[in-house]
Amino acid sequence: MDFQSLFQQFLSGGGTLQASTYRSLVLFLPELILCGSIVAMLLARLTSLDKCIPTHWFALLGSLGAFIAVLAQFWELSIDGQPSTLLFTGLAVHDEFSVFFRGFLLFFLVFVVALTVLSGIPDQEDAPDFYTLLCGAVVGMMVMSSANHLLMLFLGIEMASVPSYAMTGFLKGRRQSSEASLKFVVYGAGAAGVMLFGISLLAGLTGTAEFGLLGERLHSIFANGFTASHPEARIAILALLMISVGFAFKLSLVPFHFWCPDAFEGAPAEVAGFLSIASKAAAFALLVRFCMSVTGSAAGVVQGLSLTMGLGLGTLAIITATFGNMAAYSQTNAKRMLAYSTIAHAGYMLMAVSALLVLRSTTGSELAASPEQMKQAIEGLLYYLAVYMFMNLGAFSIIALIRNQTFSEEIDDYKGLIQQAPLLAVGMAICLFSLVGIPPLGGFYGKFFIFAAVFDATRVHWFMWVVLAAGGFNTVLSLFYYVRLAKTMCMDVRPVDARQVSMPSNSPSGMYVLLVCGMVLVLGVIIQPLSRVANHAAAAFF
Amino acid sequence: MFSSEFLLTAIVFLPAVWSLGLLAFDSQNKESMRYWTVLGTALTFVLTLQLWGSFDPALATMQHKFSVPWIPTWNVNFTLGVDGISLPLVVLTGLVSLLAAIASWSIDKHVKGYLILFLILETGMMGVFLSLDFFLFYVFWEVMLLPMYFLIGVWGGPRREYAAIKFFLYTLAGGVLMLIAMLMFYFNGGMSFDLLELANIAAGKGKVASFSETLQLAAFIMLFIGFAIKLPSFPFHTWLPDAHVEAPTPISMILAGVLLKMGGYGIIRIAMPLCPYGAQYCAYFLVALGVFSIIYGAFAAMAQTDFKRLVAYSSVSHMGYVLLGLAVWRIQDGKTFNADYWAMGINAAMFQMIAHGISSTGMFFMVGVLYDRVHHRDLNKFGGIAQLMPEYSGLAAVIFFAGLGLPGLCGFVGEIFSVLSCWNFDPLLAIIAASGVILTAGYILWTMQRVYLGPEYKGPHPEGIIPFLPRERLVAYTLVILAVVLGVFPNVLFKPMDKSISGLVQSMSHTYDAHHGAAATVQTTQVTQ
Repeated sequence: MDFQSLFQQFLSGGGTLQASTYRSLVLFLPELILCGSIVAMLLARLTSLDKCIPTHWFALLGSLGAFIAVLAQFWELSIDGQPSTLLFTGLAVHDEFSVFFRGFLLFFLVFVVALTVLSGIPDQEDAPDFYTLLCGAVVGMMVMSSANHLLMLFLGIEMASVPSYAMTGFLKGRRQSSEASLKFVVYGAGAAGVMLFGISLLAGLTGTAEFGLLGERLHSIFANGFTASHPEARIAILALLMISVGFAFKLSLVPFHFWCPDAFEGAPAEVAGFLSIASKAAAFALLVRFCMSVTGSAAGVVQGLSLTMGLGLGTLAIITATFGNMAAYSQTNAKRMLAYSTIAHAGYMLMAVSALLVLRSTTGSELAASPEQMKQAIEGLLYYLAVYMFMNLGAFSIIALIRNQTFSEEIDDYKGLIQQAPLLAVGMAICLFSLVGIPPLGGFYGKFFIFAAVFDATRVHWFMWVVLAAGGFNTVLSLFYYVRLAKTMCMDVRPVDARQVSMPSNSPSGMYVLLVCGMVLVLGVIIQPLSRVANHAAAAFF
Repeated sequence: MFSSEFLLTAIVFLPAVWSLGLLAFDSQNKESMRYWTVLGTALTFVLTLQLWGSFDPALATMQHKFSVPWIPTWNVNFTLGVDGISLPLVVLTGLVSLLAAIASWSIDKHVKGYLILFLILETGMMGVFLSLDFFLFYVFWEVMLLPMYFLIGVWGGPRREYAAIKFFLYTLAGGVLMLIAMLMFYFNGGMSFDLLELANIAAGKGKVASFSETLQLAAFIMLFIGFAIKLPSFPFHTWLPDAHVEAPTPISMILAGVLLKMGGYGIIRIAMPLCPYGAQYCAYFLVALGVFSIIYGAFAAMAQTDFKRLVAYSSVSHMGYVLLGLAVWRIQDGKTFNADYWAMGINAAMFQMIAHGISSTGMFFMVGVLYDRVHHRDLNKFGGIAQLMPEYSGLAAVIFFAGLGLPGLCGFVGEIFSVLSCWNFDPLLAIIAASGVILTAGYILWTMQRVYLGPEYKGPHPEGIIPFLPRERLVAYTLVILAVVLGVFPNVLFKPMDKSISGLVQSMSHTYDAHHGAAATVQTTQVTQ
């Protein structure tokens, strides 16, 4: 093949749904911009340019540029209503869903970078390292959210995880930090190994690693109904179980959550906030896409598999939410408490995926759920994630800002903060009550949409009633510890010897808190735009 | 004068918008902030009076109804409207809020925060009474939670944190049940949250098939628990004494005067029209529960030594009449029997809610006046107040007699009619309920004797007893006058309520007779054959 034809193929190769390499690169632009800014940061350090231009500008501009690129893609998709495009000969997929998550991650990255600038972690010396890791992790997460191939799935998870390990241990002098990082690495490596084994089983069994073909192949394996009597079926189930271990680790689902509280307590609050939101979001994007792929294709849905996976995830969701809420109750460290709360919230969000799969299992039967109903399950998940981004980020950033002044993250040291820094206390209260799910704060609507999807699924299988009841019960349960923190900040009296905290609302940090907590309120009053965007993103699967 | 959209929206959101104005004040300038709040609540009250003025009592339908899409993807609309059932409660809310704002001079800690939360609370209450969309109703219902939690938790008495979290927890638990019931109606009612539309479906006149009997029963039980917590009815009442006792006086007034009414209102507006079968199925149980609450509350009140706790338990007792009046739906041979008595029961329940809103607001206020002076509420350490504060004691006597149900005062009308309507339902229960009046008289007279009568005051802080302040006088006289007016001219309230209530009764009994009662009769005849 001569150069001419190679170049021709580069420009216009591919098929009807497959983009040429050139087109793929164009659609991959946000990731490329982010990679470019990583390289720029490293070069800047090499040339001592970072002495005159602070590194965070590279990160900020890079993430903003990438975000704008994603916005342009979203705009393009929303006008044309194009079908999804496969990139790089089917390794990745470009559709409304992946664009939503890439935009989400980049938007969030902008906020995280802004927070680190305000809170002063990292210092000038460490900044290039930190922002390189941060942006690198986001690139990995973006790969996760558009992965369409088992290899990309693994690659994305690892690309997101490895920088996270390093960031967890970023406060190098602290023993606790290093310990947390080590725990995280060991768990991560274990989970990745199991997952990789599962992937190889699945790929070996079906002879393909492409998501698009997995459904078809599994459909033929389970052609005689969903039973484990057939050896191939047994291997398929085993493979799926092993892969779900990897997901459970990323989502910190019980019983693969042990790393989470330690990592969050050891890591700086900024990193903990980043991990609790971004890696969850990316993992959910991947989980939804993976589940939708393996349970069926255009040829038909593997009803038994879909139902079993849905119910299994539902069980996991119940255990995770209940455990997270119970364990959070006795915590004395604010970050550790929020770590358990993160676990609980992963449980709530998993309920949406569970409802989705249970609804999907009816496809082809007389009870069949309409695409609209399944879309609503995904929409609930996306809305929840979007609100969760603001409320959790708000809580973690307030913890970081308080830490900068009191050098403590213990709940006891937050006593009576409202008397010195009303903005922080009220902002924290808004975030916490939104986490409980009380209207008119955004958290309620996310929860409501998910509960609605779960309720919708109750007509398929009675077990979803249990899931719904567990969701409601957990909401009440979670009230205790969130309110305890809010009460400590707003009702107790500040001890005389406590360190002074001040946060005027016209300082940059004050405005940041106002913005993030304000968004929690805004998303509780103006619901329609985000709800529509989420619905649009969910349409990618139907 | 105003368009419906403007009037109703303003009633709901004026207080919340007004609270933004407080941010502009200096925190030390307490006096002006208080006046500002009183002005805001007064304006809202004037708007509610305007609403009353433009209300046509001859119509049974919703008036001033309008609807604006809020979340179209989920078919949630911002629908407000008023009928004879919600109108008196809206006006009552406006009045009690105004009086509570006037009574808020006793709050001296973090005044700005207090007043902001107070105004947001008023928005929540108005929203609950005016919204006609289930989702919107739920949102407003929960909106009240946060301000209330902080109002009790920050400005309350010694055990305020315990009381606040208890209140929060009970209401949230009830709210979750309501949420599940709401989802049931949404998915079985053609993806609609519109309360009128859902009521039509329940009546078999909607676009989709009526709700099944199992669904109605399950939903009714969940809704009832949610509302009974607020009402409060035995056994969900235990948050109330704590919340009432620990809350500051103005908040106790709002709690007793308005918040408890939401339970009753929720049952009339949502639980009954949406699940007529469930309501009828549970009717006997509800009446019995109401009667039990009456007796239980009265006995519990009698045993108290804390003045405020006594008033709190008297609320449990008095709200029992509401439950009793609402549920006296008698079925005989599969048909609604003497629906007029049931209509009378609901009328009485509504009247009792308003009357209790006035008398218990007054009682809490009177307790608060005394507490501000002597800083204790121990009934055994009072006595002889009538000699030191004659004017106050006279007015307090009227309010307490109104609570007792003395003829000529507001408490009498609601109690007598609900007991009368109960006679048609079950004479035995009526007799028990009526005997509750004796117990009520017992504890109220005994209390008055211990507090106001007697030779001299021997308790702590005798030096603090000063005569009535003009501000307090204003609140007390307003409540006393209303108690007398409603007692002498009950028709003031019955007139706007009557049409809406008889409309509700008719529609529910028709629905039951046509869809559930008749079928039941056929079954029984088959069994007997």
